[in-house]
Amino acid sequence: MTATATSARSELSELGRSETALRTFLHGLPGVDQVGAEQRAAQLGTRSIKTTAKAEAIDLAIRMVDLTTLEGADTPGKVRALAAKALRPDPADPSCPHVGAVCVYPAMVPYVAEVLRGSGVHLASVATAFPSGQAPLEIKLADTRAAVEAGADEIDMVINRGAFLAGRYKEVYDEIVATKEACGDAHLKVILETGELATYDNVRRASWLAMLAGGDFIKTSTGKVPVAATPPVTLVMLEAVRDFRAATGRQVGVKPAGGIKTTKDAIKYLVMVNETVGPDWLDPDWFRFGASSLLNDLLMQRTKLTTGVYAGPDYFTLD
Amino acid sequence: MSERVAVRKTYKLFIGGKFPRSESGRSYLVQDSNVSLASRKDARDAVVAARAAVKGWAGATAYNRGQILYRVAEMLEGRRDQFVALGSSVDEVDAAIDRWVWYAGWSDKLPQVYGGANPVAGPYFNLSAPEPTGVVAVVAPESPALLGLVSVIAPAIVTGNTVVVAASPSAPLAAVTLAEVLATSDLPGGVVNILTGRLSETVPTLAAHMDVNAIDLTGVADADLAAELEVKAAENLKRVLRPAPADHDWSADPGLARMTTLLETKTVWHPKGV
Repeated sequence: MTATATSARSELSELGRSETALRTFLHGLPGVDQVGAEQRAAQLGTRSIKTTAKAEAIDLAIRMVDLTTLEGADTPGKVRALAAKALRPDPADPSCPHVGAVCVYPAMVPYVAEVLRGSGVHLASVATAFPSGQAPLEIKLADTRAAVEAGADEIDMVINRGAFLAGRYKEVYDEIVATKEACGDAHLKVILETGELATYDNVRRASWLAMLAGGDFIKTSTGKVPVAATPPVTLVMLEAVRDFRAATGRQVGVKPAGGIKTTKDAIKYLVMVNETVGPDWLDPDWFRFGASSLLNDLLMQRTKLTTGVYAGPDYFTLD
Repeated sequence: MSERVAVRKTYKLFIGGKFPRSESGRSYLVQDSNVSLASRKDARDAVVAARAAVKGWAGATAYNRGQILYRVAEMLEGRRDQFVALGSSVDEVDAAIDRWVWYAGWSDKLPQVYGGANPVAGPYFNLSAPEPTGVVAVVAPESPALLGLVSVIAPAIVTGNTVVVAASPSAPLAAVTLAEVLATSDLPGGVVNILTGRLSETVPTLAAHMDVNAIDLTGVADADLAAELEVKAAENLKRVLRPAPADHDWSADPGLARMTTLLETKTVWHPKGV
């Protein structure tokens, strides 16, 4: 790391000390050109990825899936089945890679941990009063600690959007720092809930805020509000992690979540990753898809490529 | 004032209730008109649209499906001249309209004729009910252009199936014009999807597709191709309607076989009580 990057890093780490410094920095970030971002994201979505490149993209996308179930109706049996699917997404084809992680509610973590132990598939748990994040800090931290103790090695926290939108950046920052501490060795993914942030400028600010506070990943959405991950929002976040690494030397991952349902969508995101931040991020350690139905579509497309015949949903498990 | 330039029609595909061009952008000339040349991917898209429509169409009441098929006959009646202009005889168009009405009537009668109570040796009611098999791929006969087409589509959809039709490559204009009739008949989008173009491109894809439940090979004239398609269809145990004999009389009473081949029988056992 260069000397300038080191000094920039220490300067940035000071920002969290005062509300004013944080505000000055976040509002000093260049504004997002909305039309430009949308145009760029749309343009990158028109690339045609075929044959061997497509096969590689599909396998990579499968390895990047955070297979998710976040329903009130989740049962131990359902999450166990989901974990089994994560280990071996296509039982008919042993060459099919396992997914990146399984993502569940904290109460379901112990059941998934039993199945995933020693497999290399990560176990993510949402925490901090997901999805609203509207609970006292102690409860959020207890939620986080409980999930880690139960065996989660990745924590998906939600930021306090109410505080963020009200301009209380320090409060959001401190919460992320405290949650990161509560995580211990577990990776921290910070959910910005971009559907509630209203503008791309806010998305950029929230991304920087989450990274400054120590988040290992920034994630678009909970999947619980109508507007989830969109290509332009993900583009803005990718630019943020690129600029953050340039400024500090620390690499942060990105996870679009919600609304990504087809292989075509997934490949568009991979193109965007490659063109925006480069191949360093084309790895399950640095880019993930939060999705549930996406996996089956990836498996169907994979089967099409290996057998030459269009597959049908009847031949893949529902959850 | 300059002379008016007539607007020429491009005959497009009919997928999911819409009229898209082929994703391949290709077309071919038939009777001086441009007709879309469907690709393998159009076939795939059509199956997706047909699958999406199954739930609503199979779940609609038999009475409602009958009404909609009758509505198709009404709409067709108003467009008789158009089909005559495309080359169908007046008799053929009339027969095609009558065929819609005939099949419309079967919608709520077939389950009574083909299903019912079974006598069993035990204290149970035992009932069999025919249910649609799902998505049906149909290869339409080459002629008669309209009557042949109606005679393969109507029996498949009246029971609640949805269809992907490969129109005859030599007579696609009647098929696309029929699609315009269907689009204005309250038929939900995706119940009938029509592909125009070369059978060798679309039909093998449909025959092998794992999300197609049955295939009607009526329009396949080549015996070797038919055999090859049946082999592909066997992969996921599709129901298969064999190719029609060359001398098939389309104006004769069609019988029930076209409908009953595309059905699955559900049998329910129910305790009789005291």
